[in-house]
Order: sequence, then structure tokens, then C-alpha cells
Amino acid sequence: MPQVTLSVNGTQMTAEVEGRTLLVELLRDRFRLTGTHIGCDTSQCGACAVHVDGALVKACTALALDLDGADVTTIEGMAGADGTLSPVQQAFQDHHGLQCGFCTPGMVMAAAALLSENPKPTVAEIREYLEGNICRCTGYHNIVKAILAASGQPVDDLAASVA
Amino acid sequence: MYDFDFAKPATIAEARAALNSDEAQALGGGQTLLPTMKQRLAAPGLLVSLTGIAEMKGVRPTGDGQLVIGGATTHAMVAAEAAAHYPALADLARRIGDPAVRNRGTIGGSLANNDPSACYPSAVLASGATIVTDSREIAADDYFDGMFGTALEDGEIITGVRFPLPREADYQKFVQPASRFALVGVFVARFSDGVRVAVTGAGAQGVFRWTEAEAALSADFSRDAVAALAVPDVEMISDMHAAGDYRAHLVRVMTGRAVAAAR
Ligand SMILES: Cc1cc2nc3c(=O)[nH]c(=O)nc-3n(C[C@H](O)[C@H](O)[C@H](O)COP(=O)(O)OP(=O)(O)OC[C@H]3O[C@@H](n4cnc5c(N)ncnc54)[C@H](O)[C@@H]3O)c2cc1C
Ligand code: FES
Ligand code: FES
Repeated sequence: MPQVTLSVNGTQMTAEVEGRTLLVELLRDRFRLTGTHIGCDTSQCGACAVHVDGALVKACTALALDLDGADVTTIEGMAGADGTLSPVQQAFQDHHGLQCGFCTPGMVMAAAALLSENPKPTVAEIREYLEGNICRCTGYHNIVKAILAASGQPVDDLAASVA
Repeated sequence: MYDFDFAKPATIAEARAALNSDEAQALGGGQTLLPTMKQRLAAPGLLVSLTGIAEMKGVRPTGDGQLVIGGATTHAMVAAEAAAHYPALADLARRIGDPAVRNRGTIGGSLANNDPSACYPSAVLASGATIVTDSREIAADDYFDGMFGTALEDGEIITGVRFPLPREADYQKFVQPASRFALVGVFVARFSDGVRVAVTGAGAQGVFRWTEAEAALSADFSRDAVAALAVPDVEMISDMHAAGDYRAHLVRVMTGRAVAAAR
């Protein structure tokens, strides 16, 4: 079987895969990084979102072999080695940006990608960027609030601004 | 999804050779093909990824006022790099799907697929662009051939698309919020010798030119000129998201908005 080598959260990892092995299967089933979720498996929900060479990608819709040599960051790579949460993760906790937590890994990866492209997004820009990330629980409001907070912007007047 | 062999050539010539078999199929960003394969609606024996071919990526202005976009260029790259040359096209790319889809999906994949609700076909047809393949050039007017149909031969690779640059243009997309494709999308492009209007999401045979609007707008480039027209006399898609007469109505509304917003 062909081999694929990725840098995953800064560590070189190699596995033998089939042609059809998806990135999300490689991460979850082979590398046991189960923080990346499979929600829909049809490119709709974003629960599987990771960064590939810095860009947000749905890991359920990318072939492992096609990404040979790439740099992949998953939710497991977001916190510091001592467990200190990243600013986005901490903001999700502080602002109750999750309920069941199923969508959260993808939401955090999407939010981190947004803030690296656009460090001070507006509420409208945040909502637009999250179009490919679906949450069954929160109604999105607190997710938007968390991302706004993570970007260092005030959140007190958020309710008024989206009305 | 059934298993398959995988190849990732570095040049167009190698890709062409790899695709020279009934079993082989090209893979762009996979945003359409991989879901299709998961549903077992496609089961190629060999997938030939085009994402490693540097000569098929990028946005490049030509000396004679046209813009060439490589067939394996992602929507995100078009959004970023075409903005200075063809703002309406960059804006279209910026609103395809969602950020993750835009980071993988390619212009060549979108045009080869010719989904009746896809965005790029309207820009290509309204701009009078040229599809460049590994073996020939195809004018937009000869390329689109009904829903999911194109003039491409088996194994033919879209290596690039060449866009003439209009004086002003705009794309108006009425989003179908569940799929994020266009429920109706209208691309209006105004050239010194006339206006072209192409409609996606609406026609039962896929993207089409609204010729009555083109004639009216070539004489008088104004929203009022559109408002005075009857809705297009074209068979419309009619489904649970929108009935055909509603789509026809939206075509006129979106065309008017595109004219008002053109720059
Ligand atoms: C959630 C979601 C939302 C979307 N929203 C939109 C939207 O709003 N508007 C829109 O227009 N599209 C939308 N799309 C589709 C998206 O733009 C796809 O990227 C595109 O249709 C296919 O491009 P691809 O590069 O992923 O092609 P692939 O899926 O890899 O391939 C599609 C087809 O094209 C062939 N092919 C690929 N590249 C080439 C080439 N260079 N030459 C010849 N044949 C080739 C393949 O063999 C296959 O038959 C959406 C997709 C998803 C999943
Ligand atoms: S699991 Fe990948 S988008 Fe839903
Ligand atoms: S918190 Fe449950 S799906 Fe988002």
C-alpha cells in the first residue's frame, strides 16, 4: 500500500493508506486523534475542519494521499503543551460557545483560521466565515461572541448589533 | 467509497498520459467528486490529482487585457488574486460555498462539472471567456451543453480559462441557504461593443444567456431597461426550493441588481 507522511501538530507521522483513505480517517483511526469529528461526512457541517498548510479544510473531503507532505493542525494542536488553552478555546469556555461540544473542534479551527486572515472581524464577517460550520445546539450567538472576544473586541453590545 | 489507485503527476503531460484510460478520472479539489464517490455514483479505478501541477495554478494578466486563470486554481486564490484585475469575478469566487470549500475547490473542477446551480459558468459565459484544455481552446458559447454536460472529451483537462476584461461587471447571487449554491445567479458584463448576461441556477438546461436583456442593456445600461422586460422565456428548474415562475421572476430582479451594482 502507498505511504503518506504528514506533519501533524508539529510531529512527522507516517502511515500506509488506501487510495480512498480520507484525511479524517487517517487522523482519527490511524493516528488516534479523535478530536476531529465526523458529523455529516458529506462536506456540509464542518465538524471535521482542520488546517492544511494553514488553510481551513474539511478533512472528510480530502484524500490522505493527496496531502502527502502537508502540515496539518488539528484541535489537539491548539492548546499549549502544558494544557493552556489557545485564546479561541479560552474564549469559547468563557462565553459558553458550546453546549454538547460536537461542532466545537471544527468551530475552533474555523475561528482560528478566520482570525489569522482577519484579526479584527466584524460580527457579519464572523457569521459569514462560519457558513460551513453547523451547530445543532447553541444558536451561534455565543460562538460569535466568543470569537469576537478572542479577537480582543468588546462583546457587551453584541446583542444590540445583531438585532 | 470503493478503493482506487491514486496518482499525483507534476505536469500536464504526465496527467494527460495517466488519464488515457477508461478507468481514470481527474481529481480537482474533490469538493464535488469525493461526495459523489462516497455515494457510489462514480467509481473510477484511478484518480489523477491535478493539485500538484504548478503550471495549472495562479492568476495571470496577459499583455492584451485578458486574465488567465489556471484550471487547478482554488476559489480562494481567485478571490484574492483576481480582485485587482476583475473584481466581479473575484467577488463571485469569494462567495462560493464556505471558506473550506473555497480552499480546495477549483475553477477547472467547477467548469468540468457544470452543475446547473454553480457560480463560475455564469461568469465564463457572460464574459465570453475561452476554456483552454490540454488539446484545444473552446469558446464559452460552445462549451456548456445542458445540465452537467460540457464539450469536454473523456480525459480532456481544463488547464486554464482566459477571460476578456469587461468595462464593468457584477454577479448577483440569490443564495439557496442549505446548499450554499445559487438559487438564481446572474452575471452581467458590459464590454465596449455590448452587454452579455448569463444566468445560473434557473434554466432547466443549465447556464444560459438572456438575450433579450443583452439587447436592452446594450442600448440602455440601466435598471429601468431590465424592469421593462418580460421574464425570460426559458424552461426553468422547478423544485421544492423555488417554483419555475419564481425563479424566472428572480432572474429579472437579480439582473436589475447586477446592473445597478456593476463597476
Ligand atoms: C458545501 C458546498 C458548497 C458549495 N457551494 C458552491 C457554490 O455556492 N457555488 C459553486 O459554484 N459551487 C459550489 N460548490 C461546489 C464547489 O465549487 C466545487 O469545488 C466544484 O464544483 C468542483 O470543483 P473541484 O475542484 O472540487 O472538482 P472535483 O470535485 O475534484 O471534480 C469535479 C469534476 O470535475 C472533473 N475535473 C476536476 N478538475 C478538472 C480539470 N481541471 N479538467 C477537467 N476535469 C476536471 C472531475 O473529474 C469531476 O468530474 C459547493 C460545494 C460544497 C461541498
Ligand atoms: S464531517 Fe466533514 S463537513 Fe461534516
Ligand atoms: S454545541 Fe452541540 S453541535 Fe454545536
